[in-house]
Amino acid sequence: MTPGTHTKPVRRLSRAAYWVLGKFGGGVFVLWAVATAIFFGIRMIPGDPAEAIMGGPGSQASAEALAQARADYGLDQPLVVQYFSQLLRLVTGDLGTSYSLKSPVAEVLTELVPPTITLAVLSLIVAWIIALFVAMASIRSGPVGRALASGLEIVSAAVPHFWLASVLIMLFSTSLGWFPPVSTQSATGLVLPVTTLALPLAGFLGQVMRDSMLDAHTSAFALSARARGESEGGVMLRHALRHAALPGIALSGWAFGSLLSGAVVVEAIFARPGLGRSLLSAVTARDVPMVTGVALLSAAAYVIIMAFSDLAERIADPRMRAS
Amino acid sequence: MISPQVPLLEVKNLNVSFGHHHVVQNVSFTLTPGSCLALVGESGSGKSVTARSLIGLAGKHSKVSAQTLAFKGTDLLSLNQRTWRNLRGKDLGFILQDALTSLDPLRKIGREIDDALRIHTQLSPTTRAERVIELLMSVGLDDPEVRAGQLSGELSGGMRQRALIASAIALEPGLIIADEPTTALDATIAAQVLDLLGALRQQGSGMLLISHDLAAVSRVADDIAVMHNGRILESGSAEQVLGNPQHPYTQRLLAAVPAGKPRHTRLSVQPLIKVPGLEPTPQVAVAPDEPRYPVLTAHNLSKSFKMPNGASFTAVHKASFELLPGKTLSVIGESGSGKTTTARMVLGLLKPDTGAVTLFGSPWSKLSEAQRRPRRPQLGAIYQDPLSSFDPRFNVGQLLADALSFGATRSSRKHLTRIKELLNLVGLESGFITRNPATLSGGQRQRLAIARALAPNPRVLICDEPVSALDVSIQAQVLDLLDDLQRQLGLSYVFITHDLSVARHMSDDVVVMRRGALVESGPTEEVFTAPAHPYTRALLAAAPEVLRS
Repeated sequence: MTPGTHTKPVRRLSRAAYWVLGKFGGGVFVLWAVATAIFFGIRMIPGDPAEAIMGGPGSQASAEALAQARADYGLDQPLVVQYFSQLLRLVTGDLGTSYSLKSPVAEVLTELVPPTITLAVLSLIVAWIIALFVAMASIRSGPVGRALASGLEIVSAAVPHFWLASVLIMLFSTSLGWFPPVSTQSATGLVLPVTTLALPLAGFLGQVMRDSMLDAHTSAFALSARARGESEGGVMLRHALRHAALPGIALSGWAFGSLLSGAVVVEAIFARPGLGRSLLSAVTARDVPMVTGVALLSAAAYVIIMAFSDLAERIADPRMRAS
Repeated sequence: MISPQVPLLEVKNLNVSFGHHHVVQNVSFTLTPGSCLALVGESGSGKSVTARSLIGLAGKHSKVSAQTLAFKGTDLLSLNQRTWRNLRGKDLGFILQDALTSLDPLRKIGREIDDALRIHTQLSPTTRAERVIELLMSVGLDDPEVRAGQLSGELSGGMRQRALIASAIALEPGLIIADEPTTALDATIAAQVLDLLGALRQQGSGMLLISHDLAAVSRVADDIAVMHNGRILESGSAEQVLGNPQHPYTQRLLAAVPAGKPRHTRLSVQPLIKVPGLEPTPQVAVAPDEPRYPVLTAHNLSKSFKMPNGASFTAVHKASFELLPGKTLSVIGESGSGKTTTARMVLGLLKPDTGAVTLFGSPWSKLSEAQRRPRRPQLGAIYQDPLSSFDPRFNVGQLLADALSFGATRSSRKHLTRIKELLNLVGLESGFITRNPATLSGGQRQRLAIARALAPNPRVLICDEPVSALDVSIQAQVLDLLDDLQRQLGLSYVFITHDLSVARHMSDDVVVMRRGALVESGPTEEVFTAPAHPYTRALLAAAPEVLRS
């Protein structure tokens, strides 16, 4: 290692560049794959897309009107032509016009993204806080506390969102009246949806974080730190927390994805505007551009989050940078 | 200065228990400034728990009591947590065994060393950083600025141990407690670390050295206390305990050390259990005037590996040696010298890049695995960690039946006579047949591994560090067993070890490896008494010996 030390910065720079290029290339591939799968997947659903444009089978649209709609949306052209022209439009950033809302998908999405991102990010933060708190508390309270914490984590990880949401509404909204059952823009309106999403995730995160925190807490390096005069709080702060965070960070990319899908249920239950609820209504209305837009956006979000969690892992674990 | 009346550390009737389990009983000793006391014992003797109770870290569930437990006249038993923390790292330095796990893998070396300074002093971060560099230099690390920014995983074992020592001596503590500080290190590195600890002592620190290794402590200790089952059996000056041991346990411990014991002398006292009527039938006994063709030869063996960064790493370079029937050839060298790679090529588990291995005069390494398989029974192997080589679902009988039937059956009933014979051969009772290997002690596991290796009646055994993980008295028994078996069954051994005294005691011929190359080979006594290569001389100089004066 010693002889090559001075050449290291150059190599590290190019390695970082490779990493960014790799992530970018991978992301583009994922987006292309999602666009392709959705394009052909939607065509396989029986029924006439032109009918969906005209407002569904109940609209009794005339044959002329349907033909006009087909021509307007390019549905009369061969499938391959449609596929490539759609890819071309997507590359230029044109997501098309929503069938049901009759407004550009990109516009609709910019309105819907912030509330969903707020929900997901808040839930992730709250889940981390709960998981770390339970892990720290259980490690100090001995084997009984640990068994209790483990049981709680398994139960909360197994609870489905719709059930948890109903229970929370019954308890805190109907009976106690603390929080509104319908999510408004106000801060109190966020409490129940965030709790619904955060609790099961906290169970998952808590399981892995508590294990590695306990390992670090009882390790030889923690004993060494105590022998240097480090307090229990110091051991937790400087050693155990960091070791506990590693698996949590590795899981957070995946967790964010699961939060986006959880948002579909939660936004529907709490009547909260957002990507999830719009996706639900777009699917029922067979609004192809809308579904494609939401799916592509979710995939892009997922790719970006995964890259961030990878980066966070590299920052938190210096061994990954060293090797 | 402390007056001579007040010892640095006074321990009188120390007792430590975990529940009803009394781990340390009535342990007493005193330590004066600048002196070194070694607490010597085998695993489970309670020596580590004793060390940890001296810094108040014996564990949450421990109960520590003593008539006197005083550091510089301060009663340690009455301290609260805050006062304990003020002592630890400042007045009491503690060095743990394995520096790989004793340094946080996620923190830089410099930060770990800085800890004590940050906790106990008001120094500015810049001053502390300078002090860290000084400390790294004082423990003999090159490029201290670079080292301070590295992670423990980037350093070698010896460098890690030095860094750990630096973190413990940052504030020049009056008492240094070192728990097996050299156990995980190669002999030359261990010697350097011991010298470093010895130098600290000369600066006036008292030192409590915890070790299983009599030879290692004899290098630095003024006084020695021998611990067994939580009690001190014998204590006194180093010369007295090593030169004229009074307690039978100490005598046995000293007898078990292979250093300085000629070949074929017994190291352990208890004779092996022999079941009457099950004496093993002597197999190929070598007639003395029969022409002695080598049973195994290695010619020009080389092997290189590709490293993750694309560079090629030569693990073994042009190694040649031969093994004579009924003899032992030791391959000695430090970690990374290519010993195990050589063993794997000899076993036919790794294909050599160049050169060839022959077995009983016919090709071996050049054969395909299918051609080799029918001849595999001629060659057996035992390893350092036997437990990991046992299928955890198999009990002892099933393991041996599996080996006897070449994997065809696990039913111990079919091979019962031979299984009993094998167990008897290695000194295990037939009651062990239904035991799970995980419930056996380290020595029993190694005996089982030997029994399994002997199952197909091999003529040659490759022993890769077979006693490195064992306590010295158990090591003595296993070495004696291997010696007995060699004479009884006419076996030939390739004995791979980093321990020079074991190699000298066990072998007729040795080869010395360094960075993949054979630097010296020849009859054992010749190499040990008149080493030709400078590296062999350096190895021999560093080899721990029990110094009795």
